[in-house]
Amino acid sequence: MHIATSPAFKENAHAALVNAGLQKALARSGPSFIARRAAAVANLPEFEQLRDTARDIKDHALANLDFYLEAYEAKVLETGGKVHWCADAEEARDAVLAICQAVGARTVTKGKSMIGEEIAINDHLEKHGITPVETDLGEYIIQLRHELPSHIIAPAFHLNMEDWEETFRKAHTDLPADRQFNERRDILIEARNKLRSKFLAADVGITGANFLVAETGSSIIVTNEGNGDLTQTLPRVHIVLASIEKCVPTLEDATSLLRVLARSATGQDFSVYTTFSTGVRRPGDLDGPEEYHVVLIDNGRSAMMGTEFQEMLRCIRCAACMNHCPVYSAVGGHAYGWVYPGPMGSVLTPGLIGVDKAGHLPNASTFCGKCESVCPVRIPLPKLMRHWREREFERHLTPATVRGGLAFWGFFARRPSLYRLATRAAALGLGLLGRRKGRFKSMPLAGGWTGGRDLPAPEGDTFFARYAKAQRAGQVR
Amino acid sequence: MSKQSILTGIRRGLKRGPLPTDQAAMLLGRMAQHPRHLIPARSRLPHPRQVDLFVRNVEKEFGSVTRVEDMDAVPGAVADYLAAQNLPGSVIMAPHPELRAIPWPARPLLEIREGRAQGSDAVSVQHGFAGIAETGTLMLPSAPERPVTLNLLADTEIVVLRASTIVGAYEEAWDKLRAEVGAMPRNVMLITGPSRSADIEQTLELGAHGPRRLHIVLVDDAAGAIG
Amino acid sequence: MTATKPRVGLFVTCLVDLHRPSVGFAAIELLERAGCQVEVPRAQTCCGQPAYNSGDRTTARDLAVGIVEAFRGYDYVVVPSGSCAGMLKHHLPHLFDDDPNLRAVADAMASRVYELVSFLTDVLGVRDTGAAPLSGTVTYHDSCSGLRELGIKQQPRDLLQAAGATVVEMTEPEICCGFGGTFCVKYPEISVRMVSDKTKDIVATGANTVLAGDLGCLLNIAGRLQREGHAVHVRHVAEVLAGMTGDLPAIGEARG
Repeated sequence: MHIATSPAFKENAHAALVNAGLQKALARSGPSFIARRAAAVANLPEFEQLRDTARDIKDHALANLDFYLEAYEAKVLETGGKVHWCADAEEARDAVLAICQAVGARTVTKGKSMIGEEIAINDHLEKHGITPVETDLGEYIIQLRHELPSHIIAPAFHLNMEDWEETFRKAHTDLPADRQFNERRDILIEARNKLRSKFLAADVGITGANFLVAETGSSIIVTNEGNGDLTQTLPRVHIVLASIEKCVPTLEDATSLLRVLARSATGQDFSVYTTFSTGVRRPGDLDGPEEYHVVLIDNGRSAMMGTEFQEMLRCIRCAACMNHCPVYSAVGGHAYGWVYPGPMGSVLTPGLIGVDKAGHLPNASTFCGKCESVCPVRIPLPKLMRHWREREFERHLTPATVRGGLAFWGFFARRPSLYRLATRAAALGLGLLGRRKGRFKSMPLAGGWTGGRDLPAPEGDTFFARYAKAQRAGQVR
Repeated sequence: MSKQSILTGIRRGLKRGPLPTDQAAMLLGRMAQHPRHLIPARSRLPHPRQVDLFVRNVEKEFGSVTRVEDMDAVPGAVADYLAAQNLPGSVIMAPHPELRAIPWPARPLLEIREGRAQGSDAVSVQHGFAGIAETGTLMLPSAPERPVTLNLLADTEIVVLRASTIVGAYEEAWDKLRAEVGAMPRNVMLITGPSRSADIEQTLELGAHGPRRLHIVLVDDAAGAIG
Repeated sequence: MTATKPRVGLFVTCLVDLHRPSVGFAAIELLERAGCQVEVPRAQTCCGQPAYNSGDRTTARDLAVGIVEAFRGYDYVVVPSGSCAGMLKHHLPHLFDDDPNLRAVADAMASRVYELVSFLTDVLGVRDTGAAPLSGTVTYHDSCSGLRELGIKQQPRDLLQAAGATVVEMTEPEICCGFGGTFCVKYPEISVRMVSDKTKDIVATGANTVLAGDLGCLLNIAGRLQREGHAVHVRHVAEVLAGMTGDLPAIGEARG
């Protein structure tokens, strides 16, 4: 497993805020995602209704997940494939390795897969002498740089042209050192040429899955580059990595979800390649894999079923929540410290690696609600983050200062008369102290506020004191 | 075994055991009937206008379309396209009966080979199963006569599509597939425009790993489709 | 026969009580002008968000019991804050999910809760508050809860325009200012970055004054504008609509 740096969220965020290159990338790319989604949504009058449909389909699938997974498996077997049920990351890694070793694989091509990142499959294969090659352009450079993706659909969201050039020069030492990278196209062509031979040479291709279809036993991938299709078509063996909540009943159900997926993600009406893979090469086929394996991974999902976090399992990984999140836009994806960043990560990560490690994530939100307002399956992300805060509070994971402050405040707030006295004293005192300037530059115990902001001084007496006075004078009721 | 522990975990969360047979039967019925959900109104059009919508959407997604009157006109359209793009006349073609029936010798400069694509192939000619007007999407199910590699390895993919196969929504294409092919083919690609990537600075570049050009030769075989 | 005046219970909010009582008096003024009979129940402190959003449901629930009790019997409960109104209207009833009786009482209250400006326009049909025209231009920050939980967007702009104010829009009036309750002190660096984006947007409009309907956002925005040395005034929209700007210094400014 990747070592999560989520406990150091604050330090990560600080580093991100002072990282000029990252800030440049965020400022450039963030607004374009927002504008493209808005245009796609404006172009489809039924979009809001389709969000309801998408939510209902996923809810139905989850409410009957055990049934649909078994139905799915039966279809996969019928079409010559095999399903490997894996309770956790370790089982999944071992299952993938065993399949690769059984066919003597040396090179494995990979399509982009977040569950692949979650189980850290690449490290495991490498450790056993098998070379995994990421083929999605963004994942490819992330692999060269030994980083985690900073975004779930745009892994290299945090990089600029100069980073691409530097990384490619360092990695592709067989190419002339004096070659020019004048435009993005030059980078693209170099990567295409480098990867083409890998596609053709690979023994095994590993992809993720956006959906699994119980009706047909199909796995679906959605891409724009075509790398996922080359990965699953050319090698002799195709391995699909999928978590259990990806399963939906029918092609029609998947289709309705696909209608909202690309629009929410990249703002396309439909992605370039939406591909349904079902079992092994059929008699007479001229291409396609001879073995088809689905590594079906739980890794913490079933434990979310029936809890207040079950709604998170509706997520279709479109990234609209992070694209629209002002916190993500400020600090980028790496600050979140593990595989899934942004609002969806702030809910999912504590469920997968523990709220003791990921406790910052659900707290680092203003609850502005923008994420929920764009989620294609209407996950109430702020509400779910608040539930994590409740779990933290129950388990005494909330910092002692916060707990103490709340207890102190709560004591008074429960007792209106006492509260009146205390607030009046505070307001009067501060009002008096701040009267000359109208604000404070600094304030003991309020460094969090006054580090970057002045603190406006209160007007003076509290509302209730003034109101009582006015009542006595007969000015108000 | 993990299968049982995962299923048990899910059922524990759902606070029930395996589904009772009557409920399971209901869900099997739902899968068999695969009910449609809300379908956007944009493709609810008379067929000629669906064809027009299909063409507009393909072009919006950086594909190109040549419309011809019949199959006999296909070789000319292919040859003209290749010449206009400065591409060689050597193509790898799907071994599909409809494509084989085309009078290719009418254009002797075209060198036609049949089969799956190799890494060295520059241009492929594929048989289109259906077009989906809603988003300008091609449905290309795999079959011995429709290899998948033709959609992926060549830098330029040309798809010959009969206008009568164009439908409004994806759901209609699924029903067409169920009716004409039956069981789910090994691979069904829904293709909307040529390959692209926006991974470099979130800026669109065409021609990532798949074809850089997607050209459709649309054969107006449907009555009243021209218009 | 004249209709009886609607009886409104004003939920003052803890920030208005402590920090800017004039907003409470502005609310009373606006409601009375619009024909309401306004009362301010004394047994109110805070809507409970600091506890609720910190995961402390017990404290939030205790406060909610007091609120529901204090605001029994009013025709309407009006709040000069989108955030606190959202809490009372949409969140508070769920604190009683375990108690059908209290839940029913809370639901009954929640159905009568309104944010001040939208109450004036949407319920009372006010088109013009009769405020003296404000000199210069104003820009309006849409606070998150008001916008997304209560649908407040056009209402304050309409009333401001009726009062003769020229409203110039920010590029992104709907993006969060970074206040977020305790967020602003738990994650000050991110919060300051967010409010800096907001102040940049505000300053770029060239408006003399920035307005909003939530004191939390306003304190945050004023604090940052003033730290950056900008002369833009910051006010609660109710002060402006009630015509109080003459006597009352803007937020964070000294009495002239």
